[in-house]
Amino acid sequence: MSEVQLIGALSNEEIEAIEAEIAHLPDRQSAAIEALQIVQAKRGWVTDESLNAVARLLDMSSAELDSIATFYNLIFRKPVGRHVILVCDSVSCFVMGCDRVRAVVAEHLGIELGQTTNDGRFTLLPIVCLGACDRAPVMMIDDELIGDVRADEVPKLLERFR
Amino acid sequence: MTLAERPLTERIESLGGLVPLAAYERAGGYEAARRVVASMAPIEVQDLVKEANLRGRGGAGFPTGVKWSFVPMGAAGDGHKYLVCNADEMEPGTFKDRYLMEYDPHLLVEGMIIAAFAIQADTAYIFLRGEYHESFRQLSRAISDAKQRGYVGDRVFGSDFNLELGIHRSGGRYICGEETALLNALEGKRAQPRTKPPFPPASGAWGRPTIVNNVETLCNVPGIIRNGAEWFQDLGLGDDSGTKLYGVSGRVKRPGLWELPIGTSIREIIFEHAGGMQDGYKLRGILPGGASTDFLVEEHLDLPMDYGSIQAAGSRMGTGTMILMDDSVCPVAISINLQHFFAQESCGFCTPCREGLPWLEGLLQDIEDGRGKPEDMEVLDTNAAFIGAPGNTFCLHATGAMEPLVSALKYFREDFEAHIRTGRCPYQEGG
Repeated sequence: MSEVQLIGALSNEEIEAIEAEIAHLPDRQSAAIEALQIVQAKRGWVTDESLNAVARLLDMSSAELDSIATFYNLIFRKPVGRHVILVCDSVSCFVMGCDRVRAVVAEHLGIELGQTTNDGRFTLLPIVCLGACDRAPVMMIDDELIGDVRADEVPKLLERFR
Repeated sequence: MTLAERPLTERIESLGGLVPLAAYERAGGYEAARRVVASMAPIEVQDLVKEANLRGRGGAGFPTGVKWSFVPMGAAGDGHKYLVCNADEMEPGTFKDRYLMEYDPHLLVEGMIIAAFAIQADTAYIFLRGEYHESFRQLSRAISDAKQRGYVGDRVFGSDFNLELGIHRSGGRYICGEETALLNALEGKRAQPRTKPPFPPASGAWGRPTIVNNVETLCNVPGIIRNGAEWFQDLGLGDDSGTKLYGVSGRVKRPGLWELPIGTSIREIIFEHAGGMQDGYKLRGILPGGASTDFLVEEHLDLPMDYGSIQAAGSRMGTGTMILMDDSVCPVAISINLQHFFAQESCGFCTPCREGLPWLEGLLQDIEDGRGKPEDMEVLDTNAAFIGAPGNTFCLHATGAMEPLVSALKYFREDFEAHIRTGRCPYQEGG
């Protein structure tokens, strides 16, 4: 396959956005996280095809870029649902009962941590301290931070995310 | 002092929320940066911050002005230099930097202009936690406003000092808070810590001189310039200078965050500001400054929360945001939670950390589940000491991980032993 075809897994819009990041960095690889975030923003996750294309664009090997992609919590290398639920499991939330919150979310959706509902609506993931410990237990759905979560209010809370 | 001064949070409190550019400037904002750029030499700024005795608020407490003075200046410092704000707030139990960034973003921008000028950096980055969406929105807006006014970008305040300021949103990993791992992340690499020396002020981002400072540290800089070193020293109650954002989480009546004179006692923070324990709960343990600090207990309540006093008691002030363990929490279970975090967030480079932390988590789980053996106590002691010893690993991740475990084994030893003796967790219902 030619370079053009390989990079062709990305849209022109994505390529432009990645090039704009590269433009104010000292080298192309330094835009690795930004590039993966740009791809993920539209597609929800990073497919093998996009990963290969981004690697070509950044003059990196796919293996090296994948070792970076899989190192970070917020780069997804598997499909996720329309809404990603991050339940904090760090120490303040533990003291305030996050285990119960997580159990209720999992039971209500019928999935375990790391799984996606059959209708593709929710993915449930653990997350480390979300920096809102005065409102523990805390979770984040997409980019919304939700504090003082009460286990019995979880079903109602999830209704807002269709 | 009749009413305690709160240079970090007074604008937020008087406005009851976000401080936009106009309000920030009405309160004297950007005057300090303007004065520095127009009329001070970089070395003068470094010396003033040194004299003020500002110490890093990210946890380590290294004197900020001294750190800045390690950067090559003049002809020796030709070429690109970088300032990086460590806004990767991820230490469990810590929620102070997010508050400053969401509500008074211009304070951080001004602090960064001054710090960049002091080391003559031409480029600055805010290394921001990926999950901090609101901080990203507010900082982006603040940077764009400051650019429009000519406060950052080319010819800062009309001078010949140029400063590019951008935000890097992290992909999310605790180890990125370690400053050399952070630099690798910024360069688009796996966030593994680097060998030291060289230290970042000599060779940091892209091999160039780099200073990495915490958000709260940088937010203290404009006040020091405006009011002087002596003013800053007088804000503190003991040996340390300035105010500190202290936080309390856990089963207290009013969990929260307060800007208080540095050196305020733990007792005052927990029982006056946080309102004391909730009814029916008793205080058993305090992680004074995040998950990687040693437990303190009731006998330490009257200690001042400053670097020296907490260190003398065998712990660290860390980020200054404390997590309380009440008497309903099993000390073995909380230790599992803490070790799970550190095991998961290990970058995997050094064997004691990569292999040792999950192994210890498993042993603790055995004890919690009633499978502990009497000799496990010695195994825990020996391995916690080995894994925690600085120098056995590249960075201090494993060392930090062992701080809450070694101290839990010291202060809550009878709980661990009771699990082993009775073959069950006494904290579990019907257990």
